[in-house]
Amino acid sequence: MDQDSAATGAVAQGADHRKELGAGFETVGQVRVAEPRMTTSGVNVFYGDKHAIKNVDLDIGQNEVISMIGPSGCGKSTYLRCLNRMNDTIDACRVTGEIKLDGQDIYDKKLDVVPLRARVGMVFQKPNPFPKSIYDNIAYGPRIHGLAANRAELDEIVETSLQKAGLWEEVKDRMEAPGTGLSGGQQQRLCIARTIAVSPEVILMDEPCSALDPIATAKIEELIDELRENFTIAIVTHSMQQAARVSQRTAYFHLGNLVEVGATTDIFTNPSHKLTEDYITGRFG
Amino acid sequence: MTNEDILAKKERVYAQVQASLKKRYAAEARFKAIGLGAIALGLLFVSLLFIDIVSKGYSAFVQTHIQLEVYFDPAVIDPSGERNMAEIARADYRKLVRAPLREYFPDVTGRRDKRALYSILSSGAPYQLQQMVMEDPDLIGKTQQVWVIADDEIDMLIKGHVDREAPSSDRRVSDKMIAWVDVLDKKGLVETHFNTRLFTNGDSRDPELAGIGGAVSGSFFTLVVTLLLSFPIGVAAAVYLEEFAPKNKLTDLIEVNINNLAAVPSIVFGLLGLAMFINFFGLPRSAPLVGGLVLTLMTLPTIIIASRAALKSVPPSIREAALGVGASKMQTVTHHVLPLALPGMLTGTIIGMAQALGESAPLLMIGMVAFIVDIPGGPLDPSTVLPVQVYLWADSPERAFVERTSAAIMVLLAFLITMNTLAVVLRRRFERRW
Repeated sequence: MDQDSAATGAVAQGADHRKELGAGFETVGQVRVAEPRMTTSGVNVFYGDKHAIKNVDLDIGQNEVISMIGPSGCGKSTYLRCLNRMNDTIDACRVTGEIKLDGQDIYDKKLDVVPLRARVGMVFQKPNPFPKSIYDNIAYGPRIHGLAANRAELDEIVETSLQKAGLWEEVKDRMEAPGTGLSGGQQQRLCIARTIAVSPEVILMDEPCSALDPIATAKIEELIDELRENFTIAIVTHSMQQAARVSQRTAYFHLGNLVEVGATTDIFTNPSHKLTEDYITGRFG
Repeated sequence: MTNEDILAKKERVYAQVQASLKKRYAAEARFKAIGLGAIALGLLFVSLLFIDIVSKGYSAFVQTHIQLEVYFDPAVIDPSGERNMAEIARADYRKLVRAPLREYFPDVTGRRDKRALYSILSSGAPYQLQQMVMEDPDLIGKTQQVWVIADDEIDMLIKGHVDREAPSSDRRVSDKMIAWVDVLDKKGLVETHFNTRLFTNGDSRDPELAGIGGAVSGSFFTLVVTLLLSFPIGVAAAVYLEEFAPKNKLTDLIEVNINNLAAVPSIVFGLLGLAMFINFFGLPRSAPLVGGLVLTLMTLPTIIIASRAALKSVPPSIREAALGVGASKMQTVTHHVLPLALPGMLTGTIIGMAQALGESAPLLMIGMVAFIVDIPGGPLDPSTVLPVQVYLWADSPERAFVERTSAAIMVLLAFLITMNTLAVVLRRRFERRW
């Protein structure tokens, strides 16, 4: 194609990304996996009248890292928050559809949301340690869930969590110091340690590195790779390089629809849907 | 546009900006001056208020006493010799007080003159002696120098509030009395001592015997009742409204009503207290318990509004973190939100208490305006509160009450300033901890 028609072609394709996908849109790629940890079917989320998540089916496999990418406002964080019912705290939010953890519907009226959040933990975008000591930050979860019978067991849980989070060496001499006194990267690792202290099955991470510098980011990405052994991780990220580095599967969201999902290498080298390709090559987003 | 045109335009614009600068700075200086002037005016009036009160009141902290050589005559105190306490209490101590006076002024004869002579002592002087004997019965039979309380008019004379030039019949203190007091003064038998009775005694018709002890106790019990009731109820209401209440019209209605209650005139709460607590529930009138209940109703809106603001200021990230770890709503509030909001709540409570301490109108309605002499022992005894005591004393005709009213105001102000300072200190100390 000559330059002009290539440009018009690109603009014409670029114009598509503001248009919503139709009601009957089917996700491209493999949404289902063989032995999923969590399955979601027909999930719709409404903020008042705004239809934020449209009919998403997606499985999250055991011990895998799945990353969710997409332009701002596409609904990735909203979808993530459905998985541990954090959207319950928002009054205007309504979630329909089926979300199952190990075969159990988590939106079942009989299910207590409190232990659910112990099984599906969450790490937030901005590190938010409790204004307590480092020890109490980690110990809080096990305490309220009754995971430790005595102080010795609690100490052990705290130490193990900090070691798994790669923070133990740096803080073992100042466990009583306030958690808020640590650097940004350390605080985020503290929050990760806090999450794994209650031995969850799934860890949800909502852009965990976006507030951190590159070195701290690298440390956390390393950590995610190590955690994969014992946990299932779903990570929302703005950085495609990060998604490429840490995840095995990638899901691309666009204006509330799950456009495409597949193996990370496939998505980034050979995407099937046009929108996915446009986003990855940087035509928009 | 050529380059010259562009440059010329820039020069013009620059000149315009420069020209307007003078005006701008002048306007700023004017504004600053007005602000400083307003502050100065406010400070001036506050200083005038303080100077006025302190200048009138400081003299009340001392009380004139006259030294008498008292012979504790056993014939008067304990005629039977049995040391029966009841009998000793009933003895006529006036005789013991008057005897030394007659010795000082043996040439005073005639009933009228003698009455005038005796009146330079307070009517409470005999009771002073009675107290001494009751505490130490071994005094019977001994002679001792006793500093006896002087009458309030003599107190005023010594403090210089009596116009010696005015005609004798216009004064409460006649020339003769002034002469006697001057004689005693020259002999060094008249002194002003620190007025402890001002702090320990209850109210009295005689200014020299009147004190704020009863009022301070009454205020103390009232405030304790108010604090014990309003803090838990206020905090719980604020937590419910902020954390748990569904966002619907009913909650909005409650909010609007609470905000309005903060602006209701306090005397209305007094009427409510009279109707509900005294007439319907039959609680004792003039009791700090009822006063505390009325003041609780009055302080609740303040505490609720301050507590809600404190709860709102806790960042939502803390709540999300707690919920994310699997804490229930209740645990999130009690373990994380409340401890962080507590300093703000405390500040609001202290300010509410300071307001309640200075209230008199609602308490008048429930009867805490009576003339009560005894110091209350508990929240159910009839009593009065400090602001009401100030009001009662301001109403009394004796000149000596003028200085005592101001002294009571000084004590009240001291409490209020302390409480408000405490609130400010607490607020500063606990400000940002995360």
